[in-house]
Amino acid sequence: MSGEAPLLDARGVAKNYGPVLALRSADLSVTPGEIHALLGANGAGKSTLVKCLTGVVRPDQGTIAVGGRAARPRSPMHAAKLGLAPVFQDPALVPDLTVAQNFRLTGSSVGAVRSQLTAMDLSVSFRELVGDLPLPILRMLDLARALTHDPQLLILDEITAALPSDLAERVFAVMRKQREQGRSVLFITHRLAEVIATCDRATILRDGRNVETMVPQEGGEARIVEIMLGPEAARAEKVASELDEAELPATEEAAEADAEPVLEVDDIRVGAVQGISFTLRRGEVLGLAALEGQGQDELFEALAGQRRLEGGELRVEGKAFRPRHPYDAVRRNVVLVPPDRLLALLPQRSVRENVAAPLYNTPLRWGPINMRDEGRRVRRAVEALDIDMRAAKQVRRLSGGNQQKVTIARWIASGFAALLCNDPTRGIDVGTKRQVYSLLRELAEDGAAILFFSSELAEFPLVCDRVLTIYGGRVTAELAGAAADEASLLQAMHGLQLDEAVA
Amino acid sequence: MTAAPTTAALEFRGATAWRRNLRLHGWTIAVWLVLLAMVPYWRSLSEQDFKFDVQAVAIDALPLCFAAMAQAVIVISGGIDLSIGSLMGVVNVLSAREMVDMSFRHALLFSLLVIVLTMLASAFTGLIIVLTRIPDIVVTLGMLFVWQGVALWIMEIPGGGVPIEYSDLAVGDLGTTGIPNAAVVVFAALMIVWVPIRWLRPGLALYAVGSNRNSAYLSGIGVARTRVGAYLLAGVFTGLAGLALSASSGIGDPNSGTTYTLNSVAAVVLGGVSLLGGVGGLIGVIAAAYVLTLSKIILLLRGTDPNYANVYQGALIILVVVIGGLLTRKTRS
Repeated sequence: MSGEAPLLDARGVAKNYGPVLALRSADLSVTPGEIHALLGANGAGKSTLVKCLTGVVRPDQGTIAVGGRAARPRSPMHAAKLGLAPVFQDPALVPDLTVAQNFRLTGSSVGAVRSQLTAMDLSVSFRELVGDLPLPILRMLDLARALTHDPQLLILDEITAALPSDLAERVFAVMRKQREQGRSVLFITHRLAEVIATCDRATILRDGRNVETMVPQEGGEARIVEIMLGPEAARAEKVASELDEAELPATEEAAEADAEPVLEVDDIRVGAVQGISFTLRRGEVLGLAALEGQGQDELFEALAGQRRLEGGELRVEGKAFRPRHPYDAVRRNVVLVPPDRLLALLPQRSVRENVAAPLYNTPLRWGPINMRDEGRRVRRAVEALDIDMRAAKQVRRLSGGNQQKVTIARWIASGFAALLCNDPTRGIDVGTKRQVYSLLRELAEDGAAILFFSSELAEFPLVCDRVLTIYGGRVTAELAGAAADEASLLQAMHGLQLDEAVA
Repeated sequence: MTAAPTTAALEFRGATAWRRNLRLHGWTIAVWLVLLAMVPYWRSLSEQDFKFDVQAVAIDALPLCFAAMAQAVIVISGGIDLSIGSLMGVVNVLSAREMVDMSFRHALLFSLLVIVLTMLASAFTGLIIVLTRIPDIVVTLGMLFVWQGVALWIMEIPGGGVPIEYSDLAVGDLGTTGIPNAAVVVFAALMIVWVPIRWLRPGLALYAVGSNRNSAYLSGIGVARTRVGAYLLAGVFTGLAGLALSASSGIGDPNSGTTYTLNSVAAVVLGGVSLLGGVGGLIGVIAAAYVLTLSKIILLLRGTDPNYANVYQGALIILVVVIGGLLTRKTRS
């Protein structure tokens, strides 16, 4: 393998946006017939490097060579013609046209795309308007289209984020097929477990430079995190995660002792939810685990006041709760961190405005609002979450992880009784994820009640006191946090009986 | 890693076909129905002969039809053009001044030249928008005054004229059928200019750029090129609108185009084109232009004080848009 000419050889790629050095100097080399991961914390330069490779932006310095020949991609389509086919997180499909029209627009043969989809065991009607289709399907369409270019290097940018496991499996199958055919895949992701399971090598970026290229299986997750965060940070992380694990049993006891119910859900029906009941108590983090489309989104929307219940009852602190509008929920101190950050933020406004937003519409639980208080609260929330304030004037300039921190910081600043987190760690880097986990545990210890849904099963034992699994719109099992390992969760999520008896 | 739960084929089927078609074409059909519904009422008020009346409406609506078509093209691509009326005025005075002593043949050739010039003028506006990245509304607002000045420079007070046969293109009718030329010309323009483009790649690119500029870019569409192209195409219709003014009124008037800008936007909105871009078509917009014209005539026949006529017209527009909006929201779920 080492004697072959690299498929992609990028050297010294640099890009700066004014004073911000997004990429200082990055080298990336991908050999034919490999699945290569590109890793790094948010702000490390991953997305900038990908944009340079795929022609979305022009690098300030550096050379790119594909198959030994110099390449200067001018646009994503041009990059595809050079052999680098990208699939971005936001599908390159226009919402107001049908699928067929979108393909006609880009000169992709409808037949070729359809056969790629069939090879993935998928079938989609091409007469659908793109705006009507859900995001996972759009990602698969984008992938199918990229494959019709017969790319030398398939670049997948966070494609598995928000993909249900059955579609993710198809993506991995495509990646393996690329490799078998002697082509390659550049896989950008935050999911280290996937990297270890599928990738041959991984290049890790930090602070705009590549720091190491290694074989993921040889070091494991711990090693990858260490490289991504740097030696000092990694040591601190290790200590923090050890503390986390040590804390878990203690908080379990605390939760049982403090059994005051904050949110009671009584046989509710909404969307795919067919009859779910549970009680969320003070001081606990309750996890919800489910496959795609089992009703978790409708459940969160109903609890947050975005959607009307079709049946059943809700109670907050013992009193009936019938929200018709998110304001009703916020007023009762039930607040939501939605899966799509952009829904929660005012992108062109500053960090301070975003964090302070709820202060202006709801009376504080712990006292009256004082305008002079705002600055103090915002500062406190920002510090508690360690938000990077470099681009604080406009939230849309922050990295994904920092944006997510802002969405949580809002509620810290204004106070809450129940925090509903719908996939709060989607698409953010490992370092920030760890901060979010320890923050949630801290909040629970201070008496908050937290409802937590994640598409990454490994997170549940780290964060939750108990976990409920949902399948077919109903609760199928309840597991203690420590007992919520992947295997048990998966079984229950598929509606199968667990091996051990569960309460 | 997680085990694959199923390898069976995954199929996705969304809304049924008729629901989708309703969403795409419902508004257009509704506007034509509104137009048809207005006809009996109009007949009951008018004492004129039917053929004569239809002629009158068609002629009256002609410049607005073209202006609305121009505006629709730009709005579909995600922009807006406040200078359409003024540019129409320039075309009007230029053609009326030059065609005064021309033969019919020469007038026709000159019209072609004028249309090309209008295309270039409009594309020029589009180029400024794209190169300076200043929003459409600001640039076209500036161009509104520029063209206004140009029109006054070409002709200070109303005057000029057009050959009779040329005028007949707008005010006459087709052979012995009695169908007004004014209507024929509109549909000919639609068929020859818009329809071929709309269903080929350039047309899809227009809709794509209007729908989501970023997705269009990532799909490989030259966004800047498409936006300028929208202004270029709109220029054809703006040119036709100005020529229609010349042909139907028989003179050039530097202020003739003023009211057409906002009316074109009204027709576009009424015709089902979303101001956000990416949605709608020209057929509904044409019907909307007729609806606006006919409603004005109906108000006149009723003897409504002209000062109040605008209020009624505005109320009609709001009513239709509100009802349309409520209905489209229902079908969207």
